[in-house]
Amino acid sequence: MHPPELVSNLRNFLPPESVLYETEDLKPYECDGLSAYRQTPMIVVMPETEEEVIKILRVCNASKTPVVARGAGTGLSGGALPHAKGILLSLTKLKKILEVDPITRTARVQPGVRNLAISESAMAYGLYYAPDPSSQVACSIGGNIAENSGGVHCLKYGLTVHNILKLRVITIEGECLEIGGACFDTPGYDLLALMTGSEGMLGIVTEITVKLLPKPEKAQVVMAAFDDIQMAGNAVANVIGAGIIPAGMEMMDKLTTRAVEEFVHAGYNLDAEAILLCESDGTEEEVADEIKRINEIMKKSGAVDIKTSHNETERLTFWAGRKAAFPAAGRISPDYYCMDGTIPRRNLARVLAGIEKLSIKYGLRCMNVFHAGDGNLHPLILYDANQPGELKKTEEFGAEILEMCIAVGGTITGEHGVGIEKINQMCSQFNTKELEIFHAVKSAFDPDRLLNPGKAVPSLRRCAEHGAMHVHKNQDKFPDLPRF
Amino acid sequence: MYIKIKTNFRIYLDFEELTGQIKTTLKIKSMQDIIGQYTNTIRTAAKSKTPLFIRGGGSKDFYGNSMNRDGHDILSAAAYTGIIDYDPTELVMTARAGTPLADLETELQKQNQMLGFEPPHFGPEATLGGCVASGLSGPRRVYVGAARDFVLGIRMLDGNGSNLHFGGKVIKNVAGYDISRLITGSMGTLGLLLEVSIKVLPIPPFELTLRMQMKEAEAIEKMNQWAGKPLPISATCFYENNLTLRLSGAESAIRAARAKLGGELISDGPIFWNSIREQTHPFFQSGSSLWRLSLKSNAPPLKLLGQQLIEWGGALRWLACSGEYMDTEENIVRSESILANGNATLFRSNKRSDSVFHPPEPQMIKIYQRIKEKFDPVGIFNPGRMFREL
Repeated sequence: MHPPELVSNLRNFLPPESVLYETEDLKPYECDGLSAYRQTPMIVVMPETEEEVIKILRVCNASKTPVVARGAGTGLSGGALPHAKGILLSLTKLKKILEVDPITRTARVQPGVRNLAISESAMAYGLYYAPDPSSQVACSIGGNIAENSGGVHCLKYGLTVHNILKLRVITIEGECLEIGGACFDTPGYDLLALMTGSEGMLGIVTEITVKLLPKPEKAQVVMAAFDDIQMAGNAVANVIGAGIIPAGMEMMDKLTTRAVEEFVHAGYNLDAEAILLCESDGTEEEVADEIKRINEIMKKSGAVDIKTSHNETERLTFWAGRKAAFPAAGRISPDYYCMDGTIPRRNLARVLAGIEKLSIKYGLRCMNVFHAGDGNLHPLILYDANQPGELKKTEEFGAEILEMCIAVGGTITGEHGVGIEKINQMCSQFNTKELEIFHAVKSAFDPDRLLNPGKAVPSLRRCAEHGAMHVHKNQDKFPDLPRF
Repeated sequence: MYIKIKTNFRIYLDFEELTGQIKTTLKIKSMQDIIGQYTNTIRTAAKSKTPLFIRGGGSKDFYGNSMNRDGHDILSAAAYTGIIDYDPTELVMTARAGTPLADLETELQKQNQMLGFEPPHFGPEATLGGCVASGLSGPRRVYVGAARDFVLGIRMLDGNGSNLHFGGKVIKNVAGYDISRLITGSMGTLGLLLEVSIKVLPIPPFELTLRMQMKEAEAIEKMNQWAGKPLPISATCFYENNLTLRLSGAESAIRAARAKLGGELISDGPIFWNSIREQTHPFFQSGSSLWRLSLKSNAPPLKLLGQQLIEWGGALRWLACSGEYMDTEENIVRSESILANGNATLFRSNKRSDSVFHPPEPQMIKIYQRIKEKFDPVGIFNPGRMFREL
């Protein structure tokens, strides 16, 4: 169908301001948080109701027009990159919090609701929504479902998939699926899990029921400095080996600590090879008990310097540096390239040593920040796009890191998603038969491959190139948004 | 007979029945051979369109639709055993699907760890594969998560005999669709599980069990109220006007919570919770059919005949019927579960049934069928065991 015809079809049931097609109106939608990839969509539609979503999808299905769903557009893997001949379905106007039920500890919300807004609306009841991706002030819950977002607390409280009960999903055919329920389990295949993290490839989520948890009474953090990476890695294992599941466990290497300290003055030990932040939360008694044990373990594990936060301000200061790692990378280098692999933690020292070797091989510096509790590594390769050949070297460096993650039993993406960015690395992690199953699952929902085509799962013939998240001159699409 | 020597091998000894002497032939089977055998069985069955009834230890034979198992070949999944990888500090264990659940839990216990979702075994022969395929979880489920929440990765054979792996051995992983969790609870209808990577948890340092007397409506209200407070509750059970609670965590926190909650301290707590988890508690044997109702946690007391037992903070209600409803039992129980925003499963019954699970909406069945077709094109794996249409 030609664009004018499609626009007039959409305008039959959508108000004029909800259908954008002029080039200057489309421009803001040309990329998500991964601004290296840009594409202007043919049309942007902004429905306000589920009924409108259904009608839009029916029009797209009938005309075989590709549809890319978009939430707040903060994603880091280009999952919401528009399709040149497709409709960009912006869900930001579906932003109602429909119900907060303090008795059953649930909230029913529309996909455009911001992650943090859910916790804010539940605060009065002493409840909150646990998954806290770093972009939580801006990112939408619909996008969190699409990416199965985590956050620094996910070792203890789980990812998005662990914290939702029900979804209303519209298929490309315009049918409404009620997946999950008000209860803890429903018979049949676990489509709730299948939908979570499916990157907008299977259906459009129009309503989400999330679980709410009681807010812990107290949180306290221990900051420990180590003069050896391996010792810091062992300290993480020792904490977990002692039966403690910390609320958060983060690690930074020396290059990172030095880069952020200049920025936030958190009082980090600048001579340390690694800094560990280990948080405990729960009841007063639990936290007191755990913090004491964590201190002992850090000491025994060879920490050269240990500090414990004594109040909220101090706790947040300790965290400030970790949260400033991405912008700090942008301060000390014209460009950086963020990786997102997960590894079994025991291989940390090996992988970091490998990264150091690669750093020498490519002549590029690399800062390492690490969600140490769950093995999710974010190496930030520092480079200068204006130096001829440096971008190419960076991409090769990054690809080698991801290959290393796979080789030690890990994965190419822990939380940023595959999107368009890591689509080629999917070929290294999965074989042809496995990729065929992914395609088959997609076709069970979307036989004509109209939903977010070209993302998340590579076609069998495109397994060669490599993509990346590049940030030039710290020009992140959302420079103010915390990234960690 | 066979003797297990190492996790990777089993030695098969053929006894001469009359003389009791061991014959000279000694067959050593490697785990790789077993996969080869499974693959052959699947490919042969697919060719001849013979349904396969996948069976681990057989402890959950009772669960699911009766289906006509005549003419089905049994695909015994119990031979592929052994723990492949377990590093306690990673909080992940990878094991072959035929590994007895009991062996696996013994290994975990040695490291002071456990399967957080407390899967019911329903017999010493229960295997990891059966646990994941049935997707059942025990008393701790509401507070830490279900089987599906802990499964991180799987290796399986599909209906073509292709050896596939999905997910991984790490907690955070968003590469590809979450096939591992799709397989969890799919009752063996999508393929044969070979290996499972599962997240494990530390055993809480301290636990105690409290009991207090109250009426059902009050118990439901209290369980919901407490779940909204930062209290270390790890299991709840209401039966015959007694609400039993388990507290788990740091000793100091448990003592503080006990002071807040009151109630009488029960000394045989672990035995009680095991009897709920394994359904050895007399309640579970009290009827001719046992219904499992998964409901919104604050659903008011159900007006149903028969005995009831409540778990999961009010979200799981067991109903033991002894023919009170005659032929209308299924309709009445199902309607009641819908009113309470949930669903009902005929968990155990003396009678055969081919509609054990709550029937899904037609548009859901359509998606299920399309998924099933992709994994199992000829429809050889456990046909009918979950839904007649699959």
